[in-house]
Amino acid sequence: MQSLVIVAHGSHLNPESSAPTYDHADTIRATGAFDEVTTGFWKEEPHFREVLRTVEGDEIYVVPLFVSEGYFTEQVIPRELRLDGWDVSEWDSDGLSADQATLVAEDIGREVHYCGPVGTHRAMTDVIVRRAESVTGDPDVGDDFGLAVVGHGTERNENSAKAIEYHADRIAERDRFDEVRALYMDEDPEVDDLPEFFESDDVVLVPLFIADGYHTQEDIPEDVGLCEDHTEGYDVPETVDGTRIWYAGAVGTEPLMADVILERAADAGADLGTALDDVRETTRVATGD
Amino acid sequence: MSDVTPAATDEPAVPDIDLPSDAFDAVLDALADREAGDPLRFEGFSVVRSGEDDEKDSASAEDTAGGYVLVDGDRRTGLSERELHEALAEHAPAVTDWYVFERVVGEFGPRRAFLRWLEDADGATVAARYAALAEGIERAWGELTITATVTDRGERRYDVRHADDDGVPIDELDAYDDPLDARDLVTLDEKGRYRPLKTAPSLAGGWAFPDLGPRDAYEAVETIYPATVANWHREREGELDVNHWRETMARQSGIYGVVKTWDRGEGHEHVDWVAEACCDDSQCLKRREWQYDDETDLDVDGGDGVFPCREPCSVVVSAARKWTRLESEQPRTYEFELTPSEKEQVEDIIDAVADGRIDEIREADTKEGANRYRTRFLRAKLFDDEGNLGGVPAEPEGDGEE
Repeated sequence: MQSLVIVAHGSHLNPESSAPTYDHADTIRATGAFDEVTTGFWKEEPHFREVLRTVEGDEIYVVPLFVSEGYFTEQVIPRELRLDGWDVSEWDSDGLSADQATLVAEDIGREVHYCGPVGTHRAMTDVIVRRAESVTGDPDVGDDFGLAVVGHGTERNENSAKAIEYHADRIAERDRFDEVRALYMDEDPEVDDLPEFFESDDVVLVPLFIADGYHTQEDIPEDVGLCEDHTEGYDVPETVDGTRIWYAGAVGTEPLMADVILERAADAGADLGTALDDVRETTRVATGD
Repeated sequence: MSDVTPAATDEPAVPDIDLPSDAFDAVLDALADREAGDPLRFEGFSVVRSGEDDEKDSASAEDTAGGYVLVDGDRRTGLSERELHEALAEHAPAVTDWYVFERVVGEFGPRRAFLRWLEDADGATVAARYAALAEGIERAWGELTITATVTDRGERRYDVRHADDDGVPIDELDAYDDPLDARDLVTLDEKGRYRPLKTAPSLAGGWAFPDLGPRDAYEAVETIYPATVANWHREREGELDVNHWRETMARQSGIYGVVKTWDRGEGHEHVDWVAEACCDDSQCLKRREWQYDDETDLDVDGGDGVFPCREPCSVVVSAARKWTRLESEQPRTYEFELTPSEKEQVEDIIDAVADGRIDEIREADTKEGANRYRTRFLRAKLFDDEGNLGGVPAEPEGDGEE
């Protein structure tokens, strides 16, 4: 019996935090690829500490819905899941290449496949592009458009910037958008000065965050100048210093994220049948309105 | 077949049960999986595939003619498949009971234990349970009422709803059939406020899952109160892994690492206050089993909940981080005057906020200390332009200490 456990941060304050986790779990559940799909949280319930004891299967894949390798994926989650013998060297990662480690979870005395975070998977690049398609309503968006991929800088987590650069570089190599830039919230090049970094009149701004919350709904819109105060709201697109900015909100809310979760589990050995194709098909952007 | 047999005594009547083909097929499959002569046991009788059957090719029903033995009060041998069906139909309650728990519910420990507990399957006889299920067996789980019933085919059905909605006709409630829909029902309380703790006694009502099968009933309960069944099950098995305050705080890292510094080897009064603040039955329906440490119990009651709390939760850890910082401050003496009624009013306000009563205090009820007009009057009288109570700053001027 094959089980998928999606682990995410969640929130004590914001009910929207867990919404993408539930949505992607539902998408994957509908494919039938797993006998059970369950969710666990740091700030909600079931907690990381107790999620595994609710799981029935004997082939268990744990996929962290986090954007980068770091404190949560390397320390908090393995500790709280009680992965026996975990050491970050199990992943043998350069900060981007964590794939999976198979360890016994002491809580249940069974092996689990502990996967790398969704945010550093190569398939995440497609989700960022898909997000740009969603927010512009144009499945072919690219010509005459710039794309800004935005995240925290290294101040909080060195690997956060690595993930942003990795995806920005991969998208740039595709020659689809006129310009692609990696921008940061707390270091240069800063997202506050977005129009200075682009020549294009239209720029899609995709924040590499899992859920909409303080950073994506208050911080970034105000820093970029989409609004004076987030409570006023803003239009999409909104013109700032002559640049039309198409603000996408958290990339993690894009339905195609379910595909990255599946890819992580597949890389760890899960048998998915046609689920990957099914998810790519069901989450496609409709042409036109 | 659903005619109710008139009860000869005051005992509730055992309902008439048809033996459905899926239950009978499951019996045949179970017998086929067993060695000949290895009995399949039901309550009050057993069935065995006789040995000579092995000599035959049992590919078709005809070939199994005479291959089954049923042992109840009598011993009926040489039963064909059709005759076995007739014999089992006389025992339909016991056969469908076996089918429900062995084939529908399955082995997974928490689910199986919970669904058996709902109808006392490890205590009461099949006849007593089926009679009770025909009337409906109600169980409480947190703020939920779960009502188990049985159909005339021996299938279990469950109604899951808020206890406040007991007895409310289903057409007056929002009815759901997908247990995952419960996620939306538990997100906000009845005033529309986010519920960060699923086991807080603030579940809104007005909905029901009126007709769930066993697996979905378990899923609905585990969605409304995550992991409560799993922990309750471990506790019943004597295997609940309690992590006390000390070890839980010692484990914390990052911004929560500071909490362990709150334990200074000077007793556990601060943890008593935490438990009184956060873990009281008025705040959380879990029964707190964790203590200060393995050898030191807290001085406050753990509550009466059905399901246990095995370690300080994330809400407690987050709040404890705040208190660790606040409690590192040294007390000071402030000097300002209150009338006796004003002192009592401050106490009333603290009580009203702590007990979540402020919405109950009527606008013009100036007898209540926490009444809004009374409180605004107190503020107008006692606060200076900077918002200092009694005109006394929290930090006296020239004091650089934060």
